[in-house]
Amino acid sequence: MLDFPRWKVLSIWALLAVLVALAIPSLLPQRITDQWGHIPHPRINLGLDLAGGSYLLLEADVNDLQSSRLEQMREQVQTEMRRQNPRIEIGDISTRDGKLTFMLRDPTQVDAARERLLSITGGGAGMTGQREWDIQVVDTSRFVLTPTAAGLNQAVDRAMGDATEVVRRRIDELGTREPTIIRQGSSRIVVQVPGLQNPQALKDLLGKTAKLEFKLVDATATPDQLRNKQAPIGSQILPYPNNPAGIPFIAVKRSAIITGDMLTDARQEFSQQTNEPQVAITFDSQGGRRFAKVTQENVNKPFAIILDNSVISAPNINEPIMGGRASISGSFTVDSANQLAIALRSGKLPVALKVVEESTVGPDLGADSIRAGILASAVAVALVVAFMFVTYGRFGVYANLAVIINVFVIVGVLALINGTLTLPGIAGFVLTIGTAVDANVLINERIREERHRGRSIVQSVELGYKEASRTIFEANMTHAISGVIMFVLGSGPVKGFAVVLLIGIVTSVFTAVTFTRMLVAGWLRRAKPKTINI
Amino acid sequence: MKLLKLVPDDTNIDFVRLRKMAFALTLLLSLLCVGLTFARGLNFGVDFEGGLMIEEKFAAAPDLDHVRKVVDSLGVGDASLQQFGDPRTITVRLPVQQGADEGATNAVVKKVEAALAQNFPGATFSRYSTVSGKVSGELIRNGVLAVVLAILGIGLFAIFRFEWQFGVSTVVAIVHDLLMTLGFFALTQFEFDLNIVAAVLTIIGYSINDKIVIDDRIRENMRRYRKMDMREIINLSVNETLPRTVMTSVTILLALFALLFLGGHVLRGFTAAMILGIVVGTYSSIYVSSSLLITLGLRAEPPAPAANADRAERIGPREG
Repeated sequence: MLDFPRWKVLSIWALLAVLVALAIPSLLPQRITDQWGHIPHPRINLGLDLAGGSYLLLEADVNDLQSSRLEQMREQVQTEMRRQNPRIEIGDISTRDGKLTFMLRDPTQVDAARERLLSITGGGAGMTGQREWDIQVVDTSRFVLTPTAAGLNQAVDRAMGDATEVVRRRIDELGTREPTIIRQGSSRIVVQVPGLQNPQALKDLLGKTAKLEFKLVDATATPDQLRNKQAPIGSQILPYPNNPAGIPFIAVKRSAIITGDMLTDARQEFSQQTNEPQVAITFDSQGGRRFAKVTQENVNKPFAIILDNSVISAPNINEPIMGGRASISGSFTVDSANQLAIALRSGKLPVALKVVEESTVGPDLGADSIRAGILASAVAVALVVAFMFVTYGRFGVYANLAVIINVFVIVGVLALINGTLTLPGIAGFVLTIGTAVDANVLINERIREERHRGRSIVQSVELGYKEASRTIFEANMTHAISGVIMFVLGSGPVKGFAVVLLIGIVTSVFTAVTFTRMLVAGWLRRAKPKTINI
Repeated sequence: MKLLKLVPDDTNIDFVRLRKMAFALTLLLSLLCVGLTFARGLNFGVDFEGGLMIEEKFAAAPDLDHVRKVVDSLGVGDASLQQFGDPRTITVRLPVQQGADEGATNAVVKKVEAALAQNFPGATFSRYSTVSGKVSGELIRNGVLAVVLAILGIGLFAIFRFEWQFGVSTVVAIVHDLLMTLGFFALTQFEFDLNIVAAVLTIIGYSINDKIVIDDRIRENMRRYRKMDMREIINLSVNETLPRTVMTSVTILLALFALLFLGGHVLRGFTAAMILGIVVGTYSSIYVSSSLLITLGLRAEPPAPAANADRAERIGPREG
C-alpha cells in the first residue's frame, strides 16, 4: 500500500500538473488569453445565469407540419396524374382528418393510378424499407393516402434538421456573440445567446417562417366579399393589415408567380424617392424570367407580396420589371426591414416554431452571482482548510493540499470538456469541497482508530487507507448514481450542477486517496517518525 | 500541537436503546410533513407551474402594496410578490396568460416592466422567465422521475453490495429525508423550483453516503464479531463512525453556511434545503436506517460450513 515507485510518483505529479495547468486560462481575464493565439487555451463557458443573456426553448408545431405535408402531397398527386399520358382525371380531392382522398373519374385506371402513386409516396423506402404513405382503394375508385408514423417521424426529423440550420443562420446574421443552438429531443431547439438582453428581436426573427410569395391581386372581389371572406373562384382571401383601402383583407389569385426559393439575395436599403426603409430582393434566373413575363402581361395591375400568408404590400405594376431585381416597400422601420431581409436570406423555416420556455438574466445579476459564488467558495475553502488543520495536523495539511489541487483540477477538466459553469454548478463546487474532505476524514479517523487499537504507525496508515478506500468507493458510487440521473434527466442549471458533481467525484477520489497516500508514504519513508500526531 | 477532537475516543452511547422512541418520533414527524405538504402545498416556481416571473431591482426598498397595486392595475392576472434576499429585490409572478401564445406573454413582461419603471424611478429588471404549461408539466415529470430513479438505483446498489435489509432500510430512510424536505418547503413556503430538485437529489446522495459508511462498518463488525448481538454491533458501529459523522457534517455545514450567507440570493433556497438535508440525513442514518436493520432481522452471518452443507462433495457406494 505504501510503496510508491519513482515512476508512479512522477506520473501522479505530472498528471496533476497538466490538469491544474488546464485551469489557468479560465482563471485569467479573457483579454489576456486572447493574445495567446495558437497556444491552446480551453476556457470554461459561463452559463446564462452567470454571464447574463437569453435562453429560448423552441418547439415545432408538428400538426402544422402534418397539414403542410398533406398539402404538398395533394399538389404532387395532381401534377403526377396530369403529367404522363394518358392523363388520369381525378376529382373530389380533399385533405380532411389527416388523410388525402380523391376519386378517379374512370375506375378502370385504378392500377395505372396506383402505379404512379407508388413512385411518389415511397420516400425513404430504399433506406428503411418503410413507406411514407399507405395507399388504400375503397369503393373501387376512391383512393385514400394515409401518412405512416415512420414517414411522419422522418419528415419531422428532416424538418427539424433544416429548421435548426435556418435558426442558426438567422441568429448569426443578427451578429450576436457565440450563440448555442442545439436540437433537443424530436421536436425542440434550444437557443442560448449570452449577453443578449432583449430577446424580442430574436424572437420576432425566429417566429417568422418567411414563406415569401408574389401573387396577382384579384381586383374583381367586391368589398362585401372581402368582409365576408368569400373568395371568387380561383382566388383566396388573405389578411392585409396595412391595406390603404381600409379593409384588412385582400383577394389574390391562388397560383403564385414567384416563391421564396427563387430568391438569391435580400437586403435592407432606403428608397431613393421617399427615403423610407425597404427590402431589395434579387431573383435567380428562373425567377427573374418569370417575374419579367408576368409583369409584362399585367402592367397597371396590382400584385401582392405575401409573407407567411399575410400580405405586406400590394404595389401596382407600373412597368415590366426586368433583370430579376425588385424591392418590397411597406410600412417598414429600419429594424423590421432588416429582419425581413435576414429572414428571406436565411431561407424558409420548414415548420413553425413556438417559444415554449424563455428566460433572460440581466448582466448585473450575473456579475453579482459570480462575485458571490467566488466569495462563498473562497470562504468555504478557507473554513474547511482551517478546520482540517486543527483536527488532523500534518495529515490535515496533506488533505488540504489535496482539496486545493482538486478545485483547480475540476476547473481544468471542466475547461477541457468545454463544460459550462452555472450558478448551481458553483454550489456543486462548494459541495464537492465538502465531500472531498469526507474521504480524508474517513481515512484519518481510521488511522486514529487503528493507532488507538495499538497498531504500529506504518500498519495503522496502511490499514487506514485500505479499509477506508472500500467505504469511499461505495459512498462515491451512490453519489455518482444520483449524479448520472441528474445529468440525464435534468435540464439547464441542474445539468450544470450534475457535471461539476460528477467530475468532482472522480477527481476528489484521486486527489483525496491516491495523492494524499503518496504524500503520507513519502513522509513516512523520509522522516521515519517514532510517533504520529493524529 | 494539541489536535482538536470533536468526539472523545471510545464513546459508548447506547443509540439503539432509544430506537423505539425515535421510531415513534420519526413516524409522527413524517406524518406531520405529509399533512403539511398536502394542507399548505408547495410554492412551485414558474418552471413547475408555468407562467412568468420577473425579478426587479429597485433603487430603494419599495412598498410592496404599492407594487402590487401597480401590477394589479394592468389586468394581467393575480400577481404574487416575493421579497428576495435584500429588500430592494422583488419578484413578481404571474399565471400562464390566456391564449398561451408567446406574443401575449411577451407583451405582459413588457407591460409590467414599463409600469414598474414608470412608477418606481430607477427600477431595473434583473431577470425574467416564462414557461408554458406544457413544458412545466414535463419538468415536473422529469423531476419526480429523477428522484424515484435515484432512490431505486441506490437501493439496488445497496442490495447488490450488501444484504437486502440494507437496501430496504436505506430506501426507507431516504423516503424519510424526502418527506422532511417537502415538509420544510411546505412550512416555509420557500420557492420550490428546478434547482431544489437538484438539491433534493444531492441530499439523497449525501444521506446515502452517510448510511453506506455506517452500513459498511456494520458489515465489517458482523464478520469480526460473529457471536455478538445485532444491537451491540450496531451500537458499536455507530459509535466507531461517530467521529467521522460529526467531522464530515461539520465541514460540509461550514461550506454550506458560507454559501448561504455569501452565495447570493438566487441560491438561498437551494442552500437552505441542503443544510436541512445534512441534518436530517445524519439523523436518519442512525435512527432510521441502522435501527431498522434490527427490525428487519439482520443477523450476523451463520458459520460457513452450514451454508454449504448440501453442496459439499460426498462419497457413497457405486450404484448398479
